[in-house]
Amino acid sequence: MTDHAGHDDGHGHHEELGFWRKYVFSVDHKVIGIQYAITGLLFLFFGFCLMMLMRWQLAFPGSPLPVIGGLLSRGMPGGIMLPEFYNELGAMHGTIMVFLGVVPLAVGGFGNFVLPLQIGAPDMAFPRLNMASYWSFFLGGAVMFASFFLPQGAAQSGWTSYPPLSNIAPSGQTAWLIGMIFLITSSLLGSVNFIVTTIQLRVKGLSFFRLPFFVWSQFVTAFLLLLAFPPLEAAGVMQLMDRLAGTSFFMPDGLVVSGNALEVSGGGSPILWQHLFWFLAHPEVYVLILPALGIVAEIVANNTRKPLWGYKSMVYAVVALGFLSFIVWAHHMFLTGMGTIMSAFFQTTTMIISIPSVIILTALILSLWGGSIRFNTPMLFALAFLPMFGIGGLTGLPLGLTAADIHLHDTYYVIGHFHYVVAPGTIFALFAGVYYWYPKATGRRMSEVLGKLHFWPSFFFMNGIFFPMLIQGMAGMSRRMYDGGMTYAHNESVLWLNKVISFSAWGLALAQIPFVLNFFLSLRKPKEAGANPWLATTIEWAAPSPPGHGNFAEVPVAYRGPYEYSVPGDAEDYTPQFDPASARTS
Amino acid sequence: MSASHDHEIDIDHHVKVYIRVFIALLVLTVITVAVSYLEMSPPAAIALGLFIASVKASLVACYFMHLISERKLIGYVLVLTVLFFFFELLIPLVTEGNNLGMG
Amino acid sequence: MASAHSIDDVIPYTVAPREDTGLNNVKLGIWLFLASEVMLFGALFAGYLLLRVGATDWPEGRTYLSVPWAFTNTLVLISSSVTMVMAWASLIRKDLGKYRLWMGLTVLGGFGFLIIKYIEYSSKFHHGYFPETNTFLAIYFTLTALHGLHVISGMAVNGYLLGPGTKMWQTEPQRFTNRVEAAGLFWHFVDLVWIFLFPILYLL
Repeated sequence: MTDHAGHDDGHGHHEELGFWRKYVFSVDHKVIGIQYAITGLLFLFFGFCLMMLMRWQLAFPGSPLPVIGGLLSRGMPGGIMLPEFYNELGAMHGTIMVFLGVVPLAVGGFGNFVLPLQIGAPDMAFPRLNMASYWSFFLGGAVMFASFFLPQGAAQSGWTSYPPLSNIAPSGQTAWLIGMIFLITSSLLGSVNFIVTTIQLRVKGLSFFRLPFFVWSQFVTAFLLLLAFPPLEAAGVMQLMDRLAGTSFFMPDGLVVSGNALEVSGGGSPILWQHLFWFLAHPEVYVLILPALGIVAEIVANNTRKPLWGYKSMVYAVVALGFLSFIVWAHHMFLTGMGTIMSAFFQTTTMIISIPSVIILTALILSLWGGSIRFNTPMLFALAFLPMFGIGGLTGLPLGLTAADIHLHDTYYVIGHFHYVVAPGTIFALFAGVYYWYPKATGRRMSEVLGKLHFWPSFFFMNGIFFPMLIQGMAGMSRRMYDGGMTYAHNESVLWLNKVISFSAWGLALAQIPFVLNFFLSLRKPKEAGANPWLATTIEWAAPSPPGHGNFAEVPVAYRGPYEYSVPGDAEDYTPQFDPASARTS
Repeated sequence: MSASHDHEIDIDHHVKVYIRVFIALLVLTVITVAVSYLEMSPPAAIALGLFIASVKASLVACYFMHLISERKLIGYVLVLTVLFFFFELLIPLVTEGNNLGMG
Repeated sequence: MASAHSIDDVIPYTVAPREDTGLNNVKLGIWLFLASEVMLFGALFAGYLLLRVGATDWPEGRTYLSVPWAFTNTLVLISSSVTMVMAWASLIRKDLGKYRLWMGLTVLGGFGFLIIKYIEYSSKFHHGYFPETNTFLAIYFTLTALHGLHVISGMAVNGYLLGPGTKMWQTEPQRFTNRVEAAGLFWHFVDLVWIFLFPILYLL
């Protein structure tokens, strides 16, 4: 029933496309998804390399970096890092990880590849728009990457690019803004495509409450991208005007730089940028986390061989999360001098938004109860996600409380908090997704041994990196310090942790070697995974592995909900959505 | 509204409505310019100006863009958008709330 | 284009509406795009509001800008909205000749708008009013330039549908009509934005 592998080429009657049209300028959602995923993984690695350089400076401030330092003559003359270069690395690490690494992999990669398959669609609703979206993203990435080769280097005003600093920064900032405009355009095109695809291309029988949770998470994410990104685009245009046309949108009156009064008309507001930036960037946090929750939900249901606990509550919670994420942005700005009424408002909404997050996490944890769990590699990453995301979420609460935030704002505690959400949280979920859908994309399974060799050291080192940051932050160590905080006496007791963190970061890099090996070596295995290697229930497993043009040998029909595992009385412990054989419909 | 045979039936009626809306827009444009020359207090002038603009925009959206007979789904999307649009307009309030005596 | 056709063939609801939503893909897609445009201009309006409320003094638009030109431009844009909707109505009446006439007028209206805008801009520059002069002019130039870019994009789409795009009428008339409708929705939106820009920048 589930084995359509034999039909792989059964409907390949279309004329053969050349190499460029098939693999480079492809309009097939699967190829575009893989393009996004690979580009995203490369940028994740690149962004990680930037961070490893920074960790050298933080662990051994002012010492020359052997071998590699000699290659980076502009930023590290004699192997010793310049402060400007440290700032470039910091700004670009954040930008690259968020906008060029995690989002393209989570939304562009998994969304593009999995979502149409899970709803039984032949492709995305607008295939050519989909291609335009990838290439716009690619151009944005190329601009960001190329900006390192500008005479004064890449952007160095933080990934948040706060003016007035960013307004008077060297030309790398202009490149950053142009790159961002390409990335935003890409996200907008992509989000329109995702929403239309989800609403219009669901197969017969696939009502909204039969959608896999992954589809729901991508659907809500697409709305966040659609409606939250334009304000940053507007802000980007205004900052470009400030930098190129000499306007003063973000330049206040009487600004003095290096002892000289700036010749600008003034009257602008630096706070305006912060508002427009965080109006995007808080929903963006949920863009980073929702697809991860979606991936984890799929894998947890599949490997506990049980229906998700509280699927409907999870759906309502994810919709609520998306909605509320638009009215919490100013909790990033408590220290900008907003009034107490306003900060009380945003403190309240911030506390409220933690409720749906907790509902989803609780439902996922309760889903484990009583299951006969299969501890394969995707499941290990998904299981690790749960407590890591939990730590990340809970450490966020004190930051949302105005009183505690005064102490913790802009310390390493903040860095530890959001990295727990995004690194051992989202990135673990993304690894889980790679291991889980790799057989669908290639027809081949990845090695379990190498997978476990990847998982356990990664899990260990991730915590080695981020837990000490929470301690440093609570001791009062500020973020963005070029010397690792050694100029401040109050940091003295936690400085030794800098070395722990740095060695963990380098250890984490080594822990990725089994993954890279696994990813490429598995490509040489025979295609024996079959259509449904995990014995899963959702519709993507009805398609052959890898799916051909148009995805399905015959258009599937959804007969029941997405997670019908271990239905009492059934011979098998899974009843696929697309399986007409069982009379049991829910 | 999207099915083409609907249009064939009442397209002449539609065209009549377009002409009427066009005339209304012209009249409102003249009015909005005219009232701007009256000596009004700034808050009143702003309120009146925005009110007339909103009426004109609604006419364009409802009749030229056919929102008045559009499917519900589009309406849901737009209600959501308008809501978030107003959240956006909270930005000045959040910043200036202190100065306006709301802090 | 051959392979492009084969893709469209397999995707449902590119032309006919889906039963439960009553919409085809293009209609839903263009409305979602417009929703994001609302947020884009909304952010700039919010910026305008914040800068104006925070300013010690704010000039009346009239001291820098020409109300008669902007008034004329409003009429031009509103008229081109009407001709756009008439172009679409002509397709419903299966009258391609009339469609060409109305669509041609729409594109012409776009040109008229841009020419007037050019006259306005050059008179500002002539008087030494630049974006860096003050915050009012900064927001004026940014908003109108962004709006102008939208006018140009709309004209590009309309120009395509007037010229080479018309071929589709012979093979897939319904799909072509849908395209014109979608282009019209964008064009009306551009008109709608101007309806707010005119009083906000020039009159208030």
